[in-house]
Amino acid sequence: MPTLTIDGTEVTVDPGTTVLQACEEAGVEVPRFCYHERLSIAGNCRMCLVEMEKAPKPIASCAMPAGDGMVIHTNTEQVKKAREGVMEFLLINHPLDCPICDQGGECDLQDQAMAFGRGNNRYDENKRAVKDKEMGPLISTTMTRCIHCMRCVRFSEEVAGVPDMGALYRGENMQITTYLEKTLDSEMSGNVVDLCPVGALTSKPYAFTARSWELKHTQSVDVMDAVGSNIRVDTRGAAVMRFLPRLHEEINEEWISDKTRYAFDGLKVRRLDAAYVRKGKKLVEANWGEAFAAVKTALKGVKGNEIAAITGDLADMESMAALKDLMGTLGSDRIECRQDGSHAESGTRAGYIMNSGIAGVEDADYLLMVGVNPRLEAPILNTRIRKAVRHFGLKVGTIGASADLTYKVDEYGDDASVLDAVLSGKHDAAKALKAAKKPMIMVGQAALARVDGAAILKATRDIADKYCVSKDWNGFSMLHNAAGRVGGLDLGLTTDGGVNGILSDARDGKLKLVFLLGADEIDTSALKDTMVVYIGTHGDEGVKNADIILPAAAYTEKLGTYANTEGRFQRTEKATFAPGAAREDWTIFRALSEVLGNTLPYDNLAALRTRIAKDVPEFEQIDVQKAAEWGDFGTKGKIAQGAIAPAIENFYHTNPIVRASQIMADCSEARGGLVEEATGTNG
Amino acid sequence: MSKATTFAWTADSKKLAKHHISKYPEGRQQSAVMPLLDIAQRQNGGHLTIEIMEYIAAYLDMAPIKVQEVATFYSMYRHKPVGKHHVQVCGTTPCWLRGSDDIMAACKSRLGIELGETTKDGQFTLSEVECAGACVNAPAVAINDDYFEDLTPESMTKLLDDLAGGKKVTPGPQNGRQTSAPDGGATTLKEFIGKEEGA
Repeated sequence: MPTLTIDGTEVTVDPGTTVLQACEEAGVEVPRFCYHERLSIAGNCRMCLVEMEKAPKPIASCAMPAGDGMVIHTNTEQVKKAREGVMEFLLINHPLDCPICDQGGECDLQDQAMAFGRGNNRYDENKRAVKDKEMGPLISTTMTRCIHCMRCVRFSEEVAGVPDMGALYRGENMQITTYLEKTLDSEMSGNVVDLCPVGALTSKPYAFTARSWELKHTQSVDVMDAVGSNIRVDTRGAAVMRFLPRLHEEINEEWISDKTRYAFDGLKVRRLDAAYVRKGKKLVEANWGEAFAAVKTALKGVKGNEIAAITGDLADMESMAALKDLMGTLGSDRIECRQDGSHAESGTRAGYIMNSGIAGVEDADYLLMVGVNPRLEAPILNTRIRKAVRHFGLKVGTIGASADLTYKVDEYGDDASVLDAVLSGKHDAAKALKAAKKPMIMVGQAALARVDGAAILKATRDIADKYCVSKDWNGFSMLHNAAGRVGGLDLGLTTDGGVNGILSDARDGKLKLVFLLGADEIDTSALKDTMVVYIGTHGDEGVKNADIILPAAAYTEKLGTYANTEGRFQRTEKATFAPGAAREDWTIFRALSEVLGNTLPYDNLAALRTRIAKDVPEFEQIDVQKAAEWGDFGTKGKIAQGAIAPAIENFYHTNPIVRASQIMADCSEARGGLVEEATGTNG
Repeated sequence: MSKATTFAWTADSKKLAKHHISKYPEGRQQSAVMPLLDIAQRQNGGHLTIEIMEYIAAYLDMAPIKVQEVATFYSMYRHKPVGKHHVQVCGTTPCWLRGSDDIMAACKSRLGIELGETTKDGQFTLSEVECAGACVNAPAVAINDDYFEDLTPESMTKLLDDLAGGKKVTPGPQNGRQTSAPDGGATTLKEFIGKEEGA
């Protein structure tokens, strides 16, 4: 444990800490551009120079390991002069175009030039100019502003795992580019915008739409996948301008996926902003009173067993609980949250969450994935697995469709029936699980949505029971794709026959009325002749055969609780108001229940949450992740031979918000085209 | 534009490439990227293309951009076709003081091309390079792998004439000087040398 003196303060740090990190621990700020906590050390910007006693010249603190007895000064005349010098050199070729630069107001270079630079510049030659690079629909470039910190290059190589960025030419001619100016082939590419300390890489969709100081920041949680990335919603007036990541070491560190970051334009278009009631063949705009009256009329004479409900992937727990209670007053408990036909079971919580937590992947030494493509289903988790593979020696095996996950995996084919061999211990994967100290098995919705999904669940449970569960380690994980799924399972929203049972009963005329709470991932043509009440945000699949449409709030417009795939409860905040007549979902059910004559017993969100906590004891423990009690789940059965089809085919097409987003459509096109091009030249 | 639409090693190149890769420990084959680029450039007649860089990237199991980074960093990797004789005139201070401007002018007038251009017959390409490291024999010109030193505009023109005529040329000082020994013969230790010669 080296002890060093920084500006007169003694500080003891862990071995391997750099001088810069030690300075931070001592509470001393050191300016930097190239250094980043989560990237390798480059040491090329020289901004972090500090004075070290007995050293002949200033040292780059980011690259100098802290040593015992070092005496560091950061506030001497020499350090001040060194910083001024570095800053002056950096600014030689940096254009003074802050007034027209999107980074202005949140620019490291701007801030540090203010704090550590000289007031003037002695350079009066021509500045260099660099041609802008094309980097796809998400990243806008102004390469003249680049200061060559290499953060983007290191990010793409180390974190994203797509080494497609680099620095071409040298010296004054050096240029950062993506290979052949293609779109970065990653679901995480938007993070380079955050990493860029200057305005060289900025967000294309956000370009010139707002200044950082005009924005209101709301801390919230993402629902684009089941990871629950922590986000900051930046709004101006009623409009969501952008999403930024919020630091959460156990979930998303400081990254977010492109879908999380850029789907914001989908919140503005195709929105349901008024209630609609079908009259004849046409949907006619109605006010809330008329819409509720129509529901009441539709329910007249309908028995409880003729009513069902399906909740969507983006539904918060409050909405689902209120709908469940409303259904209860109507005499039905047929409410289903597994839109994709997954055989995940409610009941044993350990059987449908990621018991180790996302950060737990770093502790594991072997991971067997069954029907999971984390790169598409949860890019943040994939980044974490990649980190564990690179730094902590994790080994990964997969049973499922072959895919480039950006790290080395042992592929055991896509035939689900090999699970039997794994369970019996004969398979290579079983040997690896057995040899590992902290093995993990992760089962995905692709496998569980098969007809024999219940048997697959049982097999993975038994494998986990045999190899992965010990007193202080539970390596059983389920990866969900829907933000609302774990919440739905916590509330027990599962039915016999699942979503397919509801749809086929509706087709057979056994069901008279179906509530769809933002359920857009099903084929609603089965509901053609059934009365459908759709409560949701977007004009998507769900409204196609709807008879009554009740407009609801999206995740940025309501206070909702979501349980992520780890079983961690997190809450969204209200960043803006829902458009037009749209209301928060649970208030719709509360108001409807009053019209129907059996008022739900909660008048405010707190009361509703207290009601949920009665069913789900962990509900009020916000942001806590722990393994649940181990138990039995799944149904023993024969696992049929045959491939596990991927759960997600188009990353940019998974929910009504992203389907409404033009930016996501552009991404899909840019990267889809890329794949075709690659096969063209390689084949 | 590029000669190689589908590039692949010739037997000789492959042997050489393997030789360079074998210098590095297993798994460190990427270290051989520079000699391999050189081999490929020679095989391709003097310049590299994207296809060649991708071929080498695949051959060494590395990202294409990393090969491109190396290939664009060093000026001796060329990215456009060059003539049979690549005339690289040194223009850095010592050569410049010793008259590299005149050498350059002689080249331009003899070849009828400007800097960076190639003659129509594809024989000569003219470039200026930074310090060739032959300051003692300034002014110096590198033509392909050989240095021609102690040039005058006349000897430069003659050299180009000879090359154009397919005659054999002698690399090294063009004024009769022995390597970088003093111009015009020894200036010190003459006696010693005299005795030796006399004996």
